[in-house]
Amino acid sequence: MDLAFTEENEQFRQEIRDFLDENWPEEKRSGEVTEFGRDEYITWHKKLADKGWVAPSWPKEYGGPGWTPTQKYIFAEEMAKAETFNVLPFNIGMVGPVIYTFGNEEQKKRFLPPTLNCDIWWCQGYSEPGSGSDLASLRTKAVREGDHYIVNGSKTWTTLAQHADWIFCLVKTDTEAKAQEGISFLLIDMKTPGITVRPIITMGGDHEVNEVFLEDVKVPAENLIGQENKGWTYAKFLLMHERSGIAGTHVCKKALSRLREVASDKSLYGDAPILMDDAEFRRKVSEIEMDLMALEYTELRALAGEEAGKGPGAESSILKIRGTEIQQRISHLAVEVAGYYAMPFQRELTGNETPSGPEHTVHAAAGYFNKRKTSIYGGSNEIQRNIIAKAILGL
Amino acid sequence: MDFLFTEEQDMFRESISRYVREKYDFEARQKIISSEAGWSKEVWSDFAEMGLLSVPFAEEYDGLGGGAVDVMVIMEELGKGNVVEPFLPTVVLSGGVLAAVGGEHAKALIPQIATGELIMGFGFAEPRSRFDLNHVEASAKKDGEAYVLNGRKSVVLAASIADKLILVARTSGSTRDADGISLFLVDANAKGLTIEDYPTIDGHRAGDVVLEDVKAELLGEEGKALSVIEKVTDQGISAIASEAMGLCRTMVDLTTQYCRERKQFGTPIAKFQVLQHRMVDMLIHAEEMTSMAYLGALKLDEHEVERKKVLSAVKVQLGKSVKYCGEEAIQLHGGMGMTEEMAIGHYFMHGTMLEVLFGNTDHHRKRYESLM
Ligand SMILES: Cc1cc2nc3c(=O)[nH]c(=O)nc-3n(C[C@H](O)[C@H](O)[C@H](O)COP(=O)(O)OP(=O)(O)OC[C@H]3O[C@@H](n4cnc5c(N)ncnc54)[C@H](O)[C@@H]3O)c2cc1C
Repeated sequence: MDLAFTEENEQFRQEIRDFLDENWPEEKRSGEVTEFGRDEYITWHKKLADKGWVAPSWPKEYGGPGWTPTQKYIFAEEMAKAETFNVLPFNIGMVGPVIYTFGNEEQKKRFLPPTLNCDIWWCQGYSEPGSGSDLASLRTKAVREGDHYIVNGSKTWTTLAQHADWIFCLVKTDTEAKAQEGISFLLIDMKTPGITVRPIITMGGDHEVNEVFLEDVKVPAENLIGQENKGWTYAKFLLMHERSGIAGTHVCKKALSRLREVASDKSLYGDAPILMDDAEFRRKVSEIEMDLMALEYTELRALAGEEAGKGPGAESSILKIRGTEIQQRISHLAVEVAGYYAMPFQRELTGNETPSGPEHTVHAAAGYFNKRKTSIYGGSNEIQRNIIAKAILGL
Repeated sequence: MDFLFTEEQDMFRESISRYVREKYDFEARQKIISSEAGWSKEVWSDFAEMGLLSVPFAEEYDGLGGGAVDVMVIMEELGKGNVVEPFLPTVVLSGGVLAAVGGEHAKALIPQIATGELIMGFGFAEPRSRFDLNHVEASAKKDGEAYVLNGRKSVVLAASIADKLILVARTSGSTRDADGISLFLVDANAKGLTIEDYPTIDGHRAGDVVLEDVKAELLGEEGKALSVIEKVTDQGISAIASEAMGLCRTMVDLTTQYCRERKQFGTPIAKFQVLQHRMVDMLIHAEEMTSMAYLGALKLDEHEVERKKVLSAVKVQLGKSVKYCGEEAIQLHGGMGMTEEMAIGHYFMHGTMLEVLFGNTDHHRKRYESLM
């Protein structure tokens, strides 16, 4: 066991910092990246892809950088410190690994390069109105007709489908079989006739999720990943990958340090005592910091295990639960820091108007409301606990 | 000891409750908050007719001579409907200040509040005051009979829809002195007064009030307003505690109802014991909120230290109850809880704002500790 970074590690860190200094200008490092345009996002994604850094977790042969766990850790830390956009999780954390693990050569050639450099923007078509936690009960149907599938049904909560070029869908190909056994994993071009996207607006006014309706959508059979009716295996594999990235330790650390900065900024408090000197507030901050340490080292242990060939297992559920709880606590702390200025809804100000309160207050309440999603998506925290109870404790 | 309501109070509650159920359902509310004005004059005049706007005031002001318990009944029912009309800023806060200072202003203005003609807002917070009522940077200088105000008051509820405002400014002393704080009355369209208006995140209307040499009339005694402000904001806490009990009860109802209907794994999710326990804990939080709201209303007229202690305890309970009920309500609704189309999120959002209003949980825990 050794926690120290080597000299090479520090050189590596410097290389990343130099890259960020050049490509991610100071003015973008505002802390708030809840809203972004599609193009801006793609530009950033491509920059990383050009550099070969966009998919740290991918094997080298498919475009990963071939880093050690320590390097991955340093990279994630530096990215979070610079408050960069996340790379598109649907591409890098989800469908990419499914394609290189279960896809055929043809599919790997066709889809992996554009997935890696974001020429395809993917979205995730798992959940349906009647199938959330009980994902296997999904009802969207794909019927084989010659060299095509005809798909009918509806997906919901589809994140950023409004920007997406393709959707990876779980569909039912055998309606007779037991729930998990008749499911297939299908890649569908969003431009295919019969697909409609309808926005869902969430608390706080964000448009990040959608309903996706599929009506007689004709999908070439070659877009099937792996074997027909074996999709559940691939779906579960993907969920494991989705969860392990979900802890967001580095992003939490950065968000917390932002709050500390604001709470210590004398210019905001004038003759009043600064918030950072308040005993109750300090205790909350320190508790979150300590919990973050525990999370971080749990994550590092899990990563080391993965590296030793254990693959992400039910441990990723632990990271998901704790990571999301901490994200939520930090978002509530932001509301506390904002004080009365948590109340105005001012995010729709035009660029010329200034908000009534300080900058850090503008997204505080909306951020707190929005973060409630983290314990719901990616398999709710109740479902994660069920998984741990079963898979780790054997209950 | 008893916790019974009088027959009149029961009837009064029933009439408000019926009104909210029939005329102020979720759709009606959505329509109101997305309208240009952001509130409904029609609803307001119905409130006047039903007596909501006159109940708390003494008979000498054309009021019905009710008390804190009557306000509690009103606020609980308004909470159940998540009503956005400015009852709190106009009747409880501005009416409360006017009744406390008395005199000509009270005689002239309270009757207008009672009939529903006059909307008012009360500006006590400032950009750097956080929740400290004694932190007043806005200044008032005497100029003949009148005063001239300068400064900024933060997040004044109903500012943008009010006809008149009551504002706190300093007539002497330094920023955080308890002495030297005074109350002023201004017209919302007075010269030099700008309102940066905005909706709040929970669908109410509010604004920052920017003062540049604004002429104002003094209310009450110069330099001695802090104790009035503290008393009135404690009345505000009592009122929103009652509202919070309405919010929490409704969140419990909506959530249990949703979990009975929503099926996953071939069974209503209400059957999962882990969710049952969470709903039980929501209920416990709602019950505790109720008890503390009662206590708060009954202790408003106690001597200052006892009143402050109890009302701080009430506010801490409010913070815990709305946070627990709100967060769990969303969680148990799953993705549906996140959407703007469902009522549940709006209760959560309003509850979160109540958690901030008049000082958050930490602030009141500290006020309580300082009086222990
Ligand atoms: C912002 C957001 C983005 C999303 N993005 C996507 C996306 O891009 N693609 C996609 O496919 N999906 C997405 N989802 C959907 C997400 O995966 C589902 O919301 C989630 O699986 C929960 O399903 P549900 O919303 O139907 O809740 P339900 O399954 O109805 O659950 C309601 C409540 O019951 C609990 N519950 C259910 N079953 C059990 C049980 N057996 N034991 C104990 N408790 C239980 C849940 O934990 C929850 O608290 C997103 C969701 C959100 C909120």
